[in-house]
Amino acid sequence: MAAYAQSNGTEQKVIAPAQTGAIWKTFWILLVLTAIEFVIAFSMPNNHIRVGIFATMTIVKAFFIIGEFMHLKHEAKLLIWAVLFPIITIAWLLVALLLEGGAHN
Amino acid sequence: MSAIQATAIPEKLTWTGGSEPLKASYGKLMMWFFLLSDTFTFSALLVTYGMIRFSNDAYTGAVEKFYFSTQHWPVPDKVFSALPFLHGIDAPLIFVGIMTFILIFSSVTMVLAVEAGHRGDRADVEKWMLWTIVGGFTFLGSQAWEWSHFIHGPELADAAKDAAGKAIEGANLVRNPYGPPAFADLFFFITGFHGTHVFSGVVLNVLIFFNAATGLYERRGHYEMVEKVGLYWHFVDLVWVFVFTFFYLV
Repeated sequence: MAAYAQSNGTEQKVIAPAQTGAIWKTFWILLVLTAIEFVIAFSMPNNHIRVGIFATMTIVKAFFIIGEFMHLKHEAKLLIWAVLFPIITIAWLLVALLLEGGAHN
Repeated sequence: MSAIQATAIPEKLTWTGGSEPLKASYGKLMMWFFLLSDTFTFSALLVTYGMIRFSNDAYTGAVEKFYFSTQHWPVPDKVFSALPFLHGIDAPLIFVGIMTFILIFSSVTMVLAVEAGHRGDRADVEKWMLWTIVGGFTFLGSQAWEWSHFIHGPELADAAKDAAGKAIEGANLVRNPYGPPAFADLFFFITGFHGTHVFSGVVLNVLIFFNAATGLYERRGHYEMVEKVGLYWHFVDLVWVFVFTFFYLV
């Protein structure tokens, strides 16, 4: 208690320097990917390949946001899979509904 | 009572029973599972969009010759091509690109706030939370402009015509000058649902900023609330990444 009272106001508590390298790297990756999406949107005819490229790039961006910003990459293995597995099945459902529903025509 | 509070393990590290499943606090884990359930909701919207869009006819002609009609789905670049204060300038998807940038950037400032929280740096947490709030409000303002522009409708020279052959003015849930009624419906529902999430996120961020600024987390000894709300905020950014791709680009 005494130590607490002493440190309160008189001495500054030591604050570690910021570690922001990985954060900014992720930011630049996201920015560049979005810029590339823009270029593709205006330079490529709209077809299945373009939709595929967009979907892939979106998933890559999602990977960086979830992995780095939401820190999931550094969580316990079981937690990673508890989140990923339902998402994978949902993605499967999504594709299945679209294909079975005849959206590919 | 005091004996319990004096134990060495901080309360946040243990669930009742003293262990910490999945090496995550209860609150953080529940936030993850809430976000998972929210993912299901947005997936439902996404598959609805896909089904309705592809069950409508697509415009098949050359992009330069595109015209608005209730008979085919509009090309997004032609609908979303305006910028605030720059009336009449054709800037396809530029504004929505700026909105995307704003949201990604506010996600970065949020993760910087979380990082500052790990170091117990109260001043930095306050600074980055404030930037995140500014980003959130800017995005909401941009979306308000986007909606207003969409609803009032630009002066389309080639607006879609109704059954009587008259150009449709203004968008609502029944009809719009851009394409089939479902196009505007989906625009309102998807961006609206996402916008509601952004709004809730901004409210939470303001709350967290207030708590950090009044020293609540410093007294508590950890900044985990910043982390939990940060998860939500990143999720909102994540959903926008998908909305941007599938609503505006594809």
